[in-house]
Amino acid sequence: MGIPFALWVYLSATPLLWLTLTVVVWVFADWLAQRAGRNPLVNPVMITIVAIAVLLVATGTPYGTYFDGAQFVYFLLGPATVAIALPLYKNWSTVRRKALPMLAALVAGSTTAIVSAVAVAAAWDVPRTVLISLAPKSVTAAVAMSISDHLGGLPSLTAVLVVITGVLGAVIVTPLMNAMRLHDYAARGFAAGVAAHGIGAARAFVVDPLAGTMAGIAMGLNAVFSSLLVPVFVRLFMAGG
Amino acid sequence: MLRALAILFTCQLAGEAITRSLELPLPGPVLGLLILVAILLAIERWRLVDPSTIDETSLGKVSNGLLATLGILFVPAGVGAIQELGLLGTYGPALAAALLVSTVLTLVVTVWVFVGVSRLTERKD
Repeated sequence: MGIPFALWVYLSATPLLWLTLTVVVWVFADWLAQRAGRNPLVNPVMITIVAIAVLLVATGTPYGTYFDGAQFVYFLLGPATVAIALPLYKNWSTVRRKALPMLAALVAGSTTAIVSAVAVAAAWDVPRTVLISLAPKSVTAAVAMSISDHLGGLPSLTAVLVVITGVLGAVIVTPLMNAMRLHDYAARGFAAGVAAHGIGAARAFVVDPLAGTMAGIAMGLNAVFSSLLVPVFVRLFMAGG
Repeated sequence: MLRALAILFTCQLAGEAITRSLELPLPGPVLGLLILVAILLAIERWRLVDPSTIDETSLGKVSNGLLATLGILFVPAGVGAIQELGLLGTYGPALAAALLVSTVLTLVVTVWVFVGVSRLTERKD
């Protein structure tokens, strides 16, 4: 038992172990999703998060140790966001033609996301800090965390709510839109991006390239619009504290 | 591949530098995205890029590769849930109801407004 334990003590503290596990579990989860015919219920983001969370809790590994390895994956979010420039450029004529519907849908969708989440949670006895942490849950993680932080929320709680929202949106969007008999992939993608940011966009890219592009644009626009709207909403309707 | 990464990183860095120094309510990478689109549209006039062949360039290949695996990039933040199990447990029902209702409503409202306004504007043309 001595040598494996010593090996574990060494490996569990290196970034390589947790980076490798993140990538390996993802490859397996993505393979499962592919085998399931990209069924929205078999969401690779959700499977990977749950598997790694269980592993960390079971081995008593602190999140900080995990993040030392996972930060290399996390870092790529920035360049990946810039990379949306390519499909945006490729579909520029469509995007220009759809400018007005996009703007209208952004204002309506973004407002709905913030107001409905806070209104529903406020029906329970939830403290103000938790409500503020919830308000930007449809915004992409880094921006949502900074909005939450500025207004006195808990950025780490916001990050978790953002990811849960993203997974929920990615799971719900395809069956919901099919049930509504909506087959305009530009509109479907845009809705996925407003409601479920990058995780919605990741799902949209799997379904249709134009849907993915629209989701990416919606994610960016919602980050900007919510940065302006959430502080106003909090000051107007969540006074005190 | 490195040429493509150099372009993506430079645009992100420019975006971060501008949003920080001007205190814009805009994430740095999103401004970086806009800068890259503006550059691509500008150099298209000199026929340096073309929308139909951009996917074959190294920038196109690297970008599409990153976007194809976008999902994994959200895993580190999601695993952070293990730090918030206490709060998630205490306010579980309220948060679950809020996220579910709000996500469905947001999807429905956004898609309806998008499709509705599309029809209105296309009828005018």
